[in-house]
Amino acid sequence: MSAAPQKAKAGAEKIKVIVDAVVPLNDLVTRFEFKRRDGGAFPTFSGGAHTVVEMQDGDITRLNPYSLMSDPSDTSKYCISVRRDDEGRGGSLFMHRNVKVGDEMTLTYPVNLFSLDLRAKKHVFLAGGIGITPFKAMIAQLERLNGNWELHYACRSEALATYAADLTEHYPNNVHIYYDDQKQAIDLDGLLAGQPLGTHIYICGPAGMINWVHNTAEAAGWPSDNVHSEEFLAPQPGKPFQVRLCKSDKVIEVGEHESLLEAIERAGVEAPFLCRGGACGQCETDVVEFDGEFIHRDHWLEPEDHESGKKIMPCVSRFIGKSLVLDR
Amino acid sequence: MSIFKFPESITSRPVYGTLEPRKGPAHLMIADAEGAEAILDLAKQDAELVANAHIIYIPKGTGETFVEKLQALKPRQLHVSPSYEASLQRLRKVLEDAHMGLQVYLTGTEGLMGQAQNEAMAAGIPHTSIQQEHRGSIARRMQCVHCKGITEDVMTDPFVCSHCGLNLFVRDHYSRRLAAFQGVCIDAEDPGNVPESVELYK
Repeated sequence: MSAAPQKAKAGAEKIKVIVDAVVPLNDLVTRFEFKRRDGGAFPTFSGGAHTVVEMQDGDITRLNPYSLMSDPSDTSKYCISVRRDDEGRGGSLFMHRNVKVGDEMTLTYPVNLFSLDLRAKKHVFLAGGIGITPFKAMIAQLERLNGNWELHYACRSEALATYAADLTEHYPNNVHIYYDDQKQAIDLDGLLAGQPLGTHIYICGPAGMINWVHNTAEAAGWPSDNVHSEEFLAPQPGKPFQVRLCKSDKVIEVGEHESLLEAIERAGVEAPFLCRGGACGQCETDVVEFDGEFIHRDHWLEPEDHESGKKIMPCVSRFIGKSLVLDR
Repeated sequence: MSIFKFPESITSRPVYGTLEPRKGPAHLMIADAEGAEAILDLAKQDAELVANAHIIYIPKGTGETFVEKLQALKPRQLHVSPSYEASLQRLRKVLEDAHMGLQVYLTGTEGLMGQAQNEAMAAGIPHTSIQQEHRGSIARRMQCVHCKGITEDVMTDPFVCSHCGLNLFVRDHYSRRLAAFQGVCIDAEDPGNVPESVELYK
């Protein structure tokens, strides 16, 4: 007998926190350290996990996922490092401009969609820019397990190389840094060619880098199971559209700068989610009826699902057309 | 003809495909008996790939039938071994020295493929990327669930455990870890009441 299906929930359990430290690391990146408001210990997590940070930005509630980058076994605090995105939707700007030591905030329990495969005989990490954050936690975890790892970290310049100096100092033999402005680049073919059987590779960085590594590894005969990546998508703005939620019997308007999921939540309808970035699959919603075109942007659904017109991931995907009815 | 179409069964039962050429810097092929034919077929698709391969071949009952034909493919290495067990040290050494990107092709009997798959998995290759094609005998490698002894090349159901002597029913329940099917005592409640033994799939 299979277990009873678990009811999809609106986000993971929440933890009330207070901002304990705000540490600017360079022009773009700031670290935020949180303590629990009740003074208790945080749950341990596994390297690669993220938390969804709830930000009260005036009338808007922003929910942004960030990789936890502190030591997973340090239960006294959770740390995230946020890169300021001046062209983004405003979450990172809010963190940089508004969040001060002593502020009360809410995080979710950690969720891991990018975990280490502990069967690996060796772990190779490829980071691009702010993609370094999950690897900070993974490295701390592996160091405790005496794991075999190496890091290849591409950054724009020395000034923007978040944690590069710190990592190089601690692990001079494992860490390799590449500066774009010095025309340094990862020799991926050479790197892939020499790895012993049982090596797993992990990529966190821009989409172009992720695709480059997946494609190069596949061409070199690497099993796809040994290549792991994580990219959180931010919802993109688009034309406003109207949606009917048939279970809740509501018609909602999705604004230009909000996601479908955010519009559903704004209407007071509880919708399941975890990552809010098109990766975890939690918010998958059935389409009852539609007349128009979907703009699918998630990494979760199969291409056939996208074509079928029967499913949508409201965290990142949108719709253009006359009518859309969702089973929510 | 060395190809047998297994009937549909429970999900535990392994299913096999057809070997196809795959990209990779090195290729390791392990075959027993009629499995040689699958390698010969693969060479028809991509002779260069097989010429670059390391082949470990265990002829079992086929003797010299396929050895010359395999030699004619001019593989980088062809090792003809009297048994799987005898080839195991070589197999482990090859896997130990190999790098990511190695492609593994297994063909022949289920017992050979299952055991070689285990070695490749232990070396760090996920089972989902190990190719397998069944050829030749449908004999099974069986584990007695009572004494845990392995009986190789079981052709009949029920059969007698070669270790403890119990009469065992041949199940489709398979263990990837043991590379064996499960054999369960068929006359536990009524000792001696054993149905007549029939050949598998007859």
